[in-house]
Amino acid sequence: MAKEIKELTCIGCPLGCALTVEIDGGEVVKISGNTCPRGAAYAEKEVTNPTRIVTSTVKVEGGEKAFVSVKTKEDIPKSKIFDCMKDINKVTAKAPVHIGDVVLADVAGTKVAVVATKNVEAV
Amino acid sequence: MYDVVIIGAGVAGCAVARELSRYKVNACVIEKCEDVCCGTSKANSAIVHAGFDAAEGSLMAKLNVQGNEMMGELAKDLDIPFKRNGSLVVCMHKEDLPGLKTLYDRGVANGVKELKILSKEEVLAMEPNLSDQVEGALYAPTGGIICPFQLTIALAENANVNGVEFKFDTEVTGIDKKDGSYLIHTGKGDIESRYVVNAAGVYADEIHNMVSGKKIKIVARRGDYCLLDKNVGNYVSKTIFPLPTKLGKGVLVSPTIHGNLIVGPTAVDIENKEGTNTTRAGLDDLISKAGATVKDLPIRQVITSFAGLRAHEAGHEFIIGEVEDAKQFIDVAGIESPGLSSSPAIGVMVADILRDLMGLEKKDDFVSTRKGVLNPETLSIEERNELIKKQPAYGNIICRCEMVTEGEILDAIHRPVGAKSLDGVKRRTRAGMGRCQAGFCSPRTMEILERELGTSMLNITKTGSGSEIVVGRTKEQV
Amino acid sequence: MKAYDIVIVGGGPAGLAAAASAREQGIQSILILERDKELGGILNQCIHNGFGLHTFKEELTGPEYAGRFIDKVKELGIEYKLNTMVMDISHDKVVTAMNREDGMFTIQAKAVILAMGCRERSRGALNIPGYRPAGIFSAGTAQRLVNMEGYMPGKEVVILGSGDIGLIMARRMTLEGAKVKVVAELMPYSGGLKRNIVQCLDDYGIPLKLSHTVVDIDGKERLKGITLAEVGPDGKPIPGTEEYYSCDTLLLSVGLIPENELSRGMGVEIDRVTSGPVVNESLETSIEGVFACGNVLHVHDLVDYVSEEATRAGINAAKYVTAGEKAEGSKVDIIATEGARYTVPRFIRVDQMDDLLTVRFRVGAVFKDSYISVYYNDERVMHRKKPVMAPGEMEEIKLQKEKLQAYPDLKTITVKIEKE
Repeated sequence: MAKEIKELTCIGCPLGCALTVEIDGGEVVKISGNTCPRGAAYAEKEVTNPTRIVTSTVKVEGGEKAFVSVKTKEDIPKSKIFDCMKDINKVTAKAPVHIGDVVLADVAGTKVAVVATKNVEAV
Repeated sequence: MYDVVIIGAGVAGCAVARELSRYKVNACVIEKCEDVCCGTSKANSAIVHAGFDAAEGSLMAKLNVQGNEMMGELAKDLDIPFKRNGSLVVCMHKEDLPGLKTLYDRGVANGVKELKILSKEEVLAMEPNLSDQVEGALYAPTGGIICPFQLTIALAENANVNGVEFKFDTEVTGIDKKDGSYLIHTGKGDIESRYVVNAAGVYADEIHNMVSGKKIKIVARRGDYCLLDKNVGNYVSKTIFPLPTKLGKGVLVSPTIHGNLIVGPTAVDIENKEGTNTTRAGLDDLISKAGATVKDLPIRQVITSFAGLRAHEAGHEFIIGEVEDAKQFIDVAGIESPGLSSSPAIGVMVADILRDLMGLEKKDDFVSTRKGVLNPETLSIEERNELIKKQPAYGNIICRCEMVTEGEILDAIHRPVGAKSLDGVKRRTRAGMGRCQAGFCSPRTMEILERELGTSMLNITKTGSGSEIVVGRTKEQV
Repeated sequence: MKAYDIVIVGGGPAGLAAAASAREQGIQSILILERDKELGGILNQCIHNGFGLHTFKEELTGPEYAGRFIDKVKELGIEYKLNTMVMDISHDKVVTAMNREDGMFTIQAKAVILAMGCRERSRGALNIPGYRPAGIFSAGTAQRLVNMEGYMPGKEVVILGSGDIGLIMARRMTLEGAKVKVVAELMPYSGGLKRNIVQCLDDYGIPLKLSHTVVDIDGKERLKGITLAEVGPDGKPIPGTEEYYSCDTLLLSVGLIPENELSRGMGVEIDRVTSGPVVNESLETSIEGVFACGNVLHVHDLVDYVSEEATRAGINAAKYVTAGEKAEGSKVDIIATEGARYTVPRFIRVDQMDDLLTVRFRVGAVFKDSYISVYYNDERVMHRKKPVMAPGEMEEIKLQKEKLQAYPDLKTITVKIEKE
């Protein structure tokens, strides 16, 4: 694989260092622009395996509220965010739902569960 | 077939409707917008002028002074707030002082009572926040402040209770003269009427020109305003007008009847009769002009700005009467300032014209009074609790800035000619008119409208069709 | 009239933490008055994660963070009333409130904790010219509609203001299928966290235009578009830089204002910079026995600091109720100057302070490689280097009681930002 250069903004602190990452054959060969080691670690992760927690809402049936807020229990690959949203939008949870309850066991084939982040009691 | 169709549900059209409803007559008001008070009547200075401005002997002068005199009793009958806070025309330059005397003389000739010219010391004692540059003022104790929404709404409600129909979202697209009647084409079908009253505000020329060969021209004259927080509502207690000079008319600074401070208007003639957009230049202009009469204008306290269009006719005179070459067609055109002040007198004048032309007889059962939306703040705690016990919605605050309860909103929706939109609720109850400008209460008011009108949130509008507030539901991306 | 030892106005994060800590100090008679239909305040609509790293050492969503405090308040058996609006508080702490069930009622409180939070600055306050169509929302109103009511405010979105709520809503609207065209920021820097800029904007290719503002609003009934322009160093739009964006939605994330109508009504002195009450080391306002915490006191960046502050307010209110009378002591003013915009508290009575007191403040501009300096009278006693400070993030200093007591004739403490 050819050499590739990626530009990132570090999110470690308000400084927001402009990071430059050189990648060769899928391997990070050089990170510059960071002022501290946290910047390098962030750049490495962000370039090789960027992940995010996704938060959203899910429809609720028979509850005191029509929606419950949810999150992916762990990080999922950044590239899967929109697939994840599609799955989340299809789900309808049945009240009662409590914080931590699994509303979707495996979102977008990531093996990561989507869990409720709020209590919605049945009515 | 109606006896009378009134085109336009602004303050003039509604005043005519209310006065006409004293008689045995089959009348209808048609309005292109979704509610009453959607055009010129909703965006103006909210002032009841004393009547020294208009030219001596003009219809404007006569109706202004009459309207001012009638307003006190009308406000009582219709249960709307009105206050004679008095107005001051302030003179900022010694050489302009004779201008005050000219105004004074004109006012006396027009029949304005209690006018007085004040010295610098007297006026500063009366209004300590006026600029120290002030040299003197004309004081008119009969000047007042009123809520133009409530006045228009109350007139419409009272007319409706007395049998006048209201059709909204009904825009006139053409008028054909028939034998002894008019056929009015609208976006919602044709309406036939023996008599037509043209109270169409900035569109009164277009309506007039549909039936008359003697064309008139109404120019939309835009005025920008700023409304300031109630924190500074008592910055001045009287309505402060600058004395017009060679450099222009200047802008007024006044408390409003609800306790805010209003600053405006500018005056720009525009082509677009829907052009109610404020402009940077306009807002900057009025801020600098208002700063000339009061010191340290607290302009950072602005909670909203808006623009209104005056229906300006080149002769600067009200055009009221049967159209020469279109019998049974009555113009109420060119109703710009002091139109709001004159509206009670305009209503009577036009009703009299119709009475004489049509030979109308008075009803026995005319209801002359109307109760407004109950403001629980006017009740004692005991009375309030009695009310909440009967109607718990009065215990539920929806708009926290203006402390408006759900009970008031329900009343506004369900009364005659009731509210159908967020702005309709706002103009009847003040919900959403406070310092947060509906940020907090709009989702709640929408829910109430959804429930009470039996519709979907997706159909709730800010101010009629086309102004829907939400466009869809979440979870639709699958 | 009913009587309570402590009445807490607001059941959001500040009110909940204050209630819990006051109860843990042994105060039995506590009442929380909440205007919404549930406890938790604005956190209920902040469904994104990133809350609680300081407090719980884990990353929670807003509702989860609120849930922990709600559970605690319920476990402690603290009384609360929902759907209840406080209408007025008198100078001698008679609280007038109203709801559907009880009607209008009054309560005599020994101590009051103000925890009403803040509201969003509106379009009107910015005085943006143009039409006034549907489709202009404060970011928080849109957040409530999307996250709690399940409605989409629009499909094509422009956001003015790059505060965190604006950034979070850019992502949220995108995930629900809207197209966010641009985020404009008046200042030359963003008021939001770097993490939010990256994860809410960069992740979705949403451009951030610094030093830009909305100069015109188009559309009579529903928003049709807005005009952006670049602003110069004077904050005024530069002619010729106007650019039109068609959109049906404009979200405003242009600042938060502590909601102090009740405080003003009861005569509490308000700080002109924070728009919150002036408080002493005990978070007590100018009225004895009336305390303030959370966003009603000053707008916070992290809810963790709200909880911490509110916990102190609860403890101090409990102390006040128990001790009965106000203890006096020598008063030391804290002066914020040269880059530091304000401090909370604004003065301290050394005898009354905790052994270690956190003083929070914000800076007025972006400072790089600068020092936070603290002076006792005219002597510099602290000089701490920070690689960067920005107005969007709160800063803090810690004061030690021992040192203040030992300092001869201490009159003022000055906080400033210095280049060296």
